[in-house]
Amino acid sequence: MQYQSQAVAKPYFIAAIGLFVGQILFGLIMGYQYVVGDFLFPALPFNVARMVHTNLLIVWLLFGFMGAAYYMIPEESETELVSPGLAKLMFWIFLIAGALTIVGYLAVPYATLAKMTGNDILPTMGREFLEQPLITKAGIVVVALAFLFNITLTVLKGRKTSVSLVLLLGLWGLAVFFLFSFYNPANLVVDKYYWWWVVHLWVEGVWELILGALLAFVLIKVTGVDREVIEKWLYIIIAMTLITGIIGTGHHYYWIGTPEYWQWFGSVFSALEPIPFFMMTVFAFNMVNRRRREHPNKAATLWALGTGVMAFLGAGVWGFLHTLAPVNYYTHGTQITAAHGHMAFYGAYVLVVLTIISYAMPILRGRAANSERAQVMEMWAFWLMTVAMVFITLFLTAAGILQVWLQRATDTPLPFMAVQEKIALFYWLREATGVVFLIGLIVYVLSFFAKGETKAA
Amino acid sequence: MFFFLLFLALTFDTQGVLPKRDHRENITDAVVRGKHIWERNDCIGCHTLLGEGAYFAPELGNVYKRRGPDFIKAWIKGQPTGVPGRRQMPQFHLTDQELDDLVAFFKWTSEINTSNWPPNIEG
Repeated sequence: MQYQSQAVAKPYFIAAIGLFVGQILFGLIMGYQYVVGDFLFPALPFNVARMVHTNLLIVWLLFGFMGAAYYMIPEESETELVSPGLAKLMFWIFLIAGALTIVGYLAVPYATLAKMTGNDILPTMGREFLEQPLITKAGIVVVALAFLFNITLTVLKGRKTSVSLVLLLGLWGLAVFFLFSFYNPANLVVDKYYWWWVVHLWVEGVWELILGALLAFVLIKVTGVDREVIEKWLYIIIAMTLITGIIGTGHHYYWIGTPEYWQWFGSVFSALEPIPFFMMTVFAFNMVNRRRREHPNKAATLWALGTGVMAFLGAGVWGFLHTLAPVNYYTHGTQITAAHGHMAFYGAYVLVVLTIISYAMPILRGRAANSERAQVMEMWAFWLMTVAMVFITLFLTAAGILQVWLQRATDTPLPFMAVQEKIALFYWLREATGVVFLIGLIVYVLSFFAKGETKAA
Repeated sequence: MFFFLLFLALTFDTQGVLPKRDHRENITDAVVRGKHIWERNDCIGCHTLLGEGAYFAPELGNVYKRRGPDFIKAWIKGQPTGVPGRRQMPQFHLTDQELDDLVAFFKWTSEINTSNWPPNIEG
């Protein structure tokens, strides 16, 4: 570890992994509810489990991004963090606020929680992914501001690199677009229009900048390729991301009451969205092939290559699959969407956070890389989780195609629930594969406790 | 930067066109209250509305046309069905007034010009 203040990243990474485990457990519960509908009912209705599953994902990825920034920025800026104390304080505020929110979801009916937390003052709750009570949303803003203050000042006082500027741009964008979560007009169409400014402009906009910066940082470290080369790639990738991704928002504006020209803008621009992801794949492999050193942390390299491939498959290929308006007319809001969502989030954001954790955690624990044994376990975890996710995606895609066939693209459509019963086989297969994913995750967690010889950092 | 400005320009144009498609003149107080009931019970956590939400339970953007007001109210009042193994919807204890508001919201939503989506009445 080159700078003492990088150490604040450690609790962020540990919290991220802990919440990841929680997310997967709730995912398995929901997967089971898909086939045994009354499982845990009424104690844990599906909508509550889903809120916990998706909110935990968002929160642990945010923990991961913040941890990554706290680790990377001092090293990039070649200076200590402006305020490690503030970073530690914000960690506890964010963790406690997050935990209380989850407890709130689980302990009381959602309507009661809304009432208790003052949703009547400014109704923002009950919209997908933005279910958090008003005070939690306000808390997120406070934590984000303190975090950005800390990071930005550190960059300003030290060396400015392309990696840290792209990261800053992504993180500021993340905070700015989150502000639209406070805007909830009575007109559902307008509500949906700006809801996507948080959701789409996050995951297909500014988060991709964060993804690019994290990946570039790890590749610089593990391959030893010249920074200039890697930064050129990063610039081209983020330029393509913004060119395609911003107007690509239009692929959400086909069927929600918005004008029909969005079908053209959305189709054309989002058809180009796979390009930056494909470039990331080429980028990752190219840099590793041209490596100038053999970094002892082989696991980190595997996660980085995995990010390149899986982000392209999940976000690029599975996104393109249903992004053209005439196709989306039939697939909108089916299991095809769920399939894409799972692999895209895993491939792009889960894997990049695990990449930076894999690279940084050993160093934070005082060694250049983990023992051979720990790394082998980590690589097993990578393959188990990744292969499981590929099959989860394939089974959901199969379910989605049948759903479209039976319910949408037919002259004799069956009712929703009748179709769900017919495609239950694929939900069972998905659940079984979900168990494999959990096993992979357990192996991953255990890898942190594996013994073995290590070299000092 | 150019593409962000183009996006803003398109947004500006959309704002101008929207009133013709979302028939906002019909957003009554009942519709506004209905939307809040929809939100504070997290209906989106199981259902889709105009195709967005969770995929666990039926699309409700066109439920007004599919089922009609009386069926919707009776259905919500009758939950959970308690059929073993079947997906269950919680009992939300809505008053008659709240049920009427929710139905008003569904009616307004079903009349938005969604470019002919969903493909058929089953949603």
